[in-house]
Amino acid sequence: MRRLTTFWLRYRRNRGAVAGALALAVILALALLGPILYPTDPFDMVGRPFSLPFDRFPLGTDVAGRDILAGILNGGRVSLLIGVLASLSATIIGVALGAVAGYYGGRIDDLLMRTTEFFLCIPSFVLAVVLVAIFQPSVVTVTVAIAVVSWPSVARLARGEFIAHRDREYVQGCRAIGMPDWEIILLQIMPNALPPIIVVSSLMVATAILTESGLSFLGLGDPNLVSWGYMIGVARTVLRTAWWMAAIPGVMILLTVLAINLVGEGLNDALNPRLRKR
Amino acid sequence: MKKATFQFVLRRLLQVVPVVLAIAAFNFLLLRLAPGDAADILAGQMGHATVEFTEQLRREFGLDRPLYQQFLIYMGKLLTLDLGMSHLQQTPVIDLIVDRLPATLILMVSAILLAVIVGICIGIAAARRQGRLADNLISVAALLVYATPAFWLGLMLIVLFSIKLDILPSGGMMQIGAGHEGLAHVLDVTWHLILPATTLGLFYVAIYTRLMRASMLEVYGLDFIVTARAKGLSEGVIAWTHAMRNALLPVVTLAGVQIGHLLGGSVLVETVFGWPGLGRLVFDALLQRDLNLLLGILFISSVVVVIANLVVDLVYGLLDPRIVHR
Repeated sequence: MRRLTTFWLRYRRNRGAVAGALALAVILALALLGPILYPTDPFDMVGRPFSLPFDRFPLGTDVAGRDILAGILNGGRVSLLIGVLASLSATIIGVALGAVAGYYGGRIDDLLMRTTEFFLCIPSFVLAVVLVAIFQPSVVTVTVAIAVVSWPSVARLARGEFIAHRDREYVQGCRAIGMPDWEIILLQIMPNALPPIIVVSSLMVATAILTESGLSFLGLGDPNLVSWGYMIGVARTVLRTAWWMAAIPGVMILLTVLAINLVGEGLNDALNPRLRKR
Repeated sequence: MKKATFQFVLRRLLQVVPVVLAIAAFNFLLLRLAPGDAADILAGQMGHATVEFTEQLRREFGLDRPLYQQFLIYMGKLLTLDLGMSHLQQTPVIDLIVDRLPATLILMVSAILLAVIVGICIGIAAARRQGRLADNLISVAALLVYATPAFWLGLMLIVLFSIKLDILPSGGMMQIGAGHEGLAHVLDVTWHLILPATTLGLFYVAIYTRLMRASMLEVYGLDFIVTARAKGLSEGVIAWTHAMRNALLPVVTLAGVQIGHLLGGSVLVETVFGWPGLGRLVFDALLQRDLNLLLGILFISSVVVVIANLVVDLVYGLLDPRIVHR
């Protein structure tokens, strides 16, 4: 309990982070409750196309007469879901590989780090595009593709943390009493290595949402689900006559990513107080 | 060239070979993972997909041989830069890519130059006014830009500058049918480059601004700056000559690391602006489900990133002797 209080006291000092957390809470509530409170199917033709915002429909209709507000609410679910799942998967893969590489060192470390560097050479967005194109767009393939291109940075970070801890006295003590390696890695070093990893993986949610929006803008989103990037892609063809149609979902992406970035910085201040100088 | 330098260059060059081989192997793996092979696709397109015909195509492509033989054939072809044919355009993939690569490189280089120069200047300006209104405004602007999807920013810039204000072209690389030559051609391309390069570069402007600001503040705390102040040098001289030179290193390092990310961004920006580069080719390949072309682009763009990183490393090594002797 006391740790939670200290955490909050430190987090609260960053005003941007508090604003970000509030904004993120609102966006989350909209995405979770929105489709229930405003149960219009985002793929239904509800009225004439190109109706202006605040006219018959709160945010107007798109090129096919679909309700834009319904699209924003349902699209938010998809963006946040994919962002969180992809970042979580990337974190798990990255931490697992980084922990093993850092703890054991030697040949295993060499092999795993060469693999990591190899993935860092490949342009990540192009690789994500190719992966989704090969395996057909769906929530699962998009999530996996984003996770596949995101884990290397976590792996490097986790490896660094584990190298920094593996020869400390407490770890040597654990070895001396015959504790198995997996227990040392998971229960002893992990809790100490986690804070910077949590920060990076929370910021990764933002990057994942940007990547997802780029993919669905290119037409590589789940064809059965509406998403913000897809809405921008559709509106792009009528930019000349109805610019707001592309503007609205873009603003939502911007706000969500901004909120997550602010929260990430707040977490950094609260979890890694020693790193905070500038 | 000194012996140590020569060895450094040679060692770095040799390191590239296994990476390129690994990229090739990875590409082969992806090609095999894809549902349906080239014979299926081609037979389907020709309209007579009988089993016999598909089998015949498979023999022609060597797809009936054991996997390791196929792999060796694939690698052998890669050595001669044979990436296969684009199924729909009936053109060798490598020709399509070589045709588009210069446009992408022009866009990327302009974006990164813009980002580094503008980012450094704004970063220094912010650091000199630390904690004041201008600094805070710059920080907020950087946060906003950092959170903006580049492709959407591009669309909004088109709305503002091409549709509403009508002062910049909304797409393409040159005026169609104008037939400009020489300087007029260069100016025409530059004119068309402004919006795409700004769109692609702004995200990095935000990154470099923040990085440069932090880096400058760190340098400001060092002894030699105190000495410079004690000597009575003006704040401007201290910022732009003494501090800047030392604060630059992290910025340049990051610029090198981000080439791959930049290439990904240019896929989207090129699609928005109809810029005839690799990114636009990716979009076309997606529309036509041309997997061979997509994988070819992935391979070549990875190689471009590896080579770019190599060049950055070499330049570094030549500039900073400490790296050579590591």
